[in-house]
Amino acid sequence: MIATTARPEGRRRFRLTQGGNRGALAVALGVLGLVALPLAALFALALNSSGETWPHLFRTVLPGAIVTTLGLMAGVGCGTAIIGVGTAWLVTMCRFPGRAALEIALVLPLAVPIYIVAYSYVELLDYTGPFQTAIRGLFGYASSRDYWFPEIRSLPGAIFAMTAVLFPYVYMTVRVLFLTQSSRLVDVSRTLGADPVRMFVAVALPLARPAVAAGVGLALMETVNDIGAVEFFGVRTLAFAVYQTWLNRSDLAGAAQLACVLLLVVLLLIAAERTARGRQRYAVAGGAYPLPAFQLAGWRALLAFLACFLPVLFGFLLPAWLMADYASRRLEQFADPALRDALWNSVVVATATGVLAVGAGLLLVYAARLSRSRFVAGLGKLAAAGYAVPGTVLAVGILYPLAAVDNRIDAAARALFGISTGLLITGSGGAVVYACLVRFLAVAHGTLEAGISRVTEHLDMAARTLGRTPRQVLLEVHLPLMRRAVMAAGLLVFVDTMKELSATILLRPFNFETLATFIFSKASRGFFEDAAAASLVIVATGIVPLILLLGIGSARAGTLPGAGAGQANTSR
Amino acid sequence: MLCRLVARFGGASLVSLAAFAAAPAFAQGNVVNVYSYRQPELIQPLLDAFSAESGIKTQVIFAENGLEERIKAEGENSPADVILTVDISRLQAAKDAGVTQPVDDPAIAANIPAQYRDPEGHWFGLTMRARVVYASKERVGEDAITYEDLAHPKWRGRVCTRSGQHVYNIGLIASMIAHHGLGTTEEWLQAVKDNLAVKPAGGDRDQAKLIFSGECDIALGNHYYVALMQGNEKEPEQKEWAQAIKVMLPNAAERGSHVNISGMSLAANAPNEANALKLMEFLSGAEAQKIYAETNYEYPLQPGVEVSDAVASFGELKPDPLPLSEVAAHRREASELVDKVGYDEGPSS
Repeated sequence: MIATTARPEGRRRFRLTQGGNRGALAVALGVLGLVALPLAALFALALNSSGETWPHLFRTVLPGAIVTTLGLMAGVGCGTAIIGVGTAWLVTMCRFPGRAALEIALVLPLAVPIYIVAYSYVELLDYTGPFQTAIRGLFGYASSRDYWFPEIRSLPGAIFAMTAVLFPYVYMTVRVLFLTQSSRLVDVSRTLGADPVRMFVAVALPLARPAVAAGVGLALMETVNDIGAVEFFGVRTLAFAVYQTWLNRSDLAGAAQLACVLLLVVLLLIAAERTARGRQRYAVAGGAYPLPAFQLAGWRALLAFLACFLPVLFGFLLPAWLMADYASRRLEQFADPALRDALWNSVVVATATGVLAVGAGLLLVYAARLSRSRFVAGLGKLAAAGYAVPGTVLAVGILYPLAAVDNRIDAAARALFGISTGLLITGSGGAVVYACLVRFLAVAHGTLEAGISRVTEHLDMAARTLGRTPRQVLLEVHLPLMRRAVMAAGLLVFVDTMKELSATILLRPFNFETLATFIFSKASRGFFEDAAAASLVIVATGIVPLILLLGIGSARAGTLPGAGAGQANTSR
Repeated sequence: MLCRLVARFGGASLVSLAAFAAAPAFAQGNVVNVYSYRQPELIQPLLDAFSAESGIKTQVIFAENGLEERIKAEGENSPADVILTVDISRLQAAKDAGVTQPVDDPAIAANIPAQYRDPEGHWFGLTMRARVVYASKERVGEDAITYEDLAHPKWRGRVCTRSGQHVYNIGLIASMIAHHGLGTTEEWLQAVKDNLAVKPAGGDRDQAKLIFSGECDIALGNHYYVALMQGNEKEPEQKEWAQAIKVMLPNAAERGSHVNISGMSLAANAPNEANALKLMEFLSGAEAQKIYAETNYEYPLQPGVEVSDAVASFGELKPDPLPLSEVAAHRREASELVDKVGYDEGPSS
């Protein structure tokens, strides 16, 4: 299939950029419109306000809420970056006992919903939990007034719990990068005599920057939109202020304005990172090589082991152990048919969202690449910003346009055919999937963006030179090369959707439970124990795709199941 | 391989998704559609009893907030028939949002005393809960207390509550504003804040736990949590928490204790209005009221129905006669006051 058409080179070049530009822009705008609709509805709601809440908010809540939110973001950002990059470096570049198992285990915290982790740590670390009980037993204290113990219901407590479950976002993106990109550079830097530390600081870290930014960005968006955990920890963030304004003051418009402030903070962060990165390009040619490994022994091996084991312990083992302990005393919960239905609903919604998010994300990143315009790339980022809005608020933003469309259709059907269609999308499973898509497009987008950036643009040009249309280039060149990124994006969205609660609960159809809403309905009455089995199931369902994901991300043949096939393909 | 597997599975689930997306739950027929802020576990026994008696199927959506917005957005085509809500402010908010319609039903009116329903019939109370004081049996000698007492310096460093912004506390603070005015209530709330032992966090049950652990001596909480903890066989440690505290019904000697209600409304565009009214009559009736009292230890609003033994042991409840609409009217001020004194930041020293 060698190119048979021969056209002047100059014309082709012109068409690659110009023609592609317009089409790409149209596609990007189409996807963007769909995703931005709820955000637009939020803006419209915000404009509706009389503004009477603002003086009060400025005087009392806002300064504190902004400081708290920034503190939380700084803590979780640093925590996830340090743990994510550190563990990724250790498992890819070093050899120590337990490394292979830890390499898999380090993604597991992502399967644990934040609300379960928050609950678990309050249970474990507060006065009646096993830790303090043991301390009292050991030293003979009678009550909490006799000794000091850190208060888990605090900002540091929230940072700890969120970091413990969110660091795998960074770990995964950075690990893949270390595995697939840096091998040659590492070889070179070794040849030039760099020691491991210098290599990490001078070569690996700068290279990892886009991946770190992507991972930390996801972790931070999840941090600012969270309401369940911060409420539990007594941390007054902006999201918390949004809720209080809406619910206690019946001021939805004021709440929408606050949500816009939240969005602004996130967009500023994204812009800052992009500006700082500038026009650097990170594409590195070449496939995967067996990586050089630093053999660790003695105390170094022990330290490396602990550095990788502790995050797993705190982010996964302890919460899972607590849930398993509860569930072991309530085995009958597993037989509940409602649990089985909830599992099925969760899996269907998560799968559909995963597939759609990958499709939409792929269109966005490819449009950005075709048009080579920072504007289109920026639009993609903007579309992903829905992730930063608290889920319930986003759900309200979805309700209004969706129901408006439904009611129009109904009115038209009545006028034309004399029949009522009722509400077609609102209150259906489709509305839930739409909401999850808007929320988690950011997750797919980030992964796919990283994936496509690794495909050198020379390939696009070569394919175009060989007469392929942009669509053919996407299907025949990019998709095969990006298979791993596509799978990774889909699975990651799947895992996140499994945990989604706040938008699902408001938009769902009658008698429709997902695992997350099932857990919430018990937990909101203060009976978390009754949701133990469901919590275990939600974690277990998340583990499978996460382990698959790791296999996809692994370029080392034979290390993990599924890696071999992928390897053969990319290095062909 | 993996790709194909996932693609096939994805395809299959997209098809089944399309199936349930395209066929939204049948909003009409012999059904009644319930939008509920009350947890499914609480209302399911009631709905099951209703279905058994009437042959009408029930369909439920439970959410923690936003249901008014959903009904509003759905507009004339909204499938909502009956709205079940907790807290007077939310009952009032639903009325204010225009998502309810008046009901004039002699059976319901006979069941629920006039004090606990909207004069125009937009909402009806079903059960009542009292905001009581939990006190350490060991460290608190007093046997009676008032909400005003919580501000007394003798309680410095000894009081615990959940977040001041929680609806349960907002309701209480709003009732204080209604009784004493904004200025006096601000001083009171500031003083209560100064008496806090720890930063407000967790739920009402956690406050009982804090008394058990010795971190504070008195706390605010809803009455039924104590009964629920006393009877918790699955987590026996909660029985110990309940064991450590005694329940005091505040202001018993004067105006009475602050109470709040759970209730119901008829949705503005209810497609199954006749069934909805049947359900509303059933919920206000003796059988349903008894289920509420026995399973969630709430005070039934129908005068003839007995409270559970556990709740009876707290003593005779004297509810504050302040009209609940007053509580709803001062809700916003209460919420702003909590921000103003920085209540949720906890003890200053």
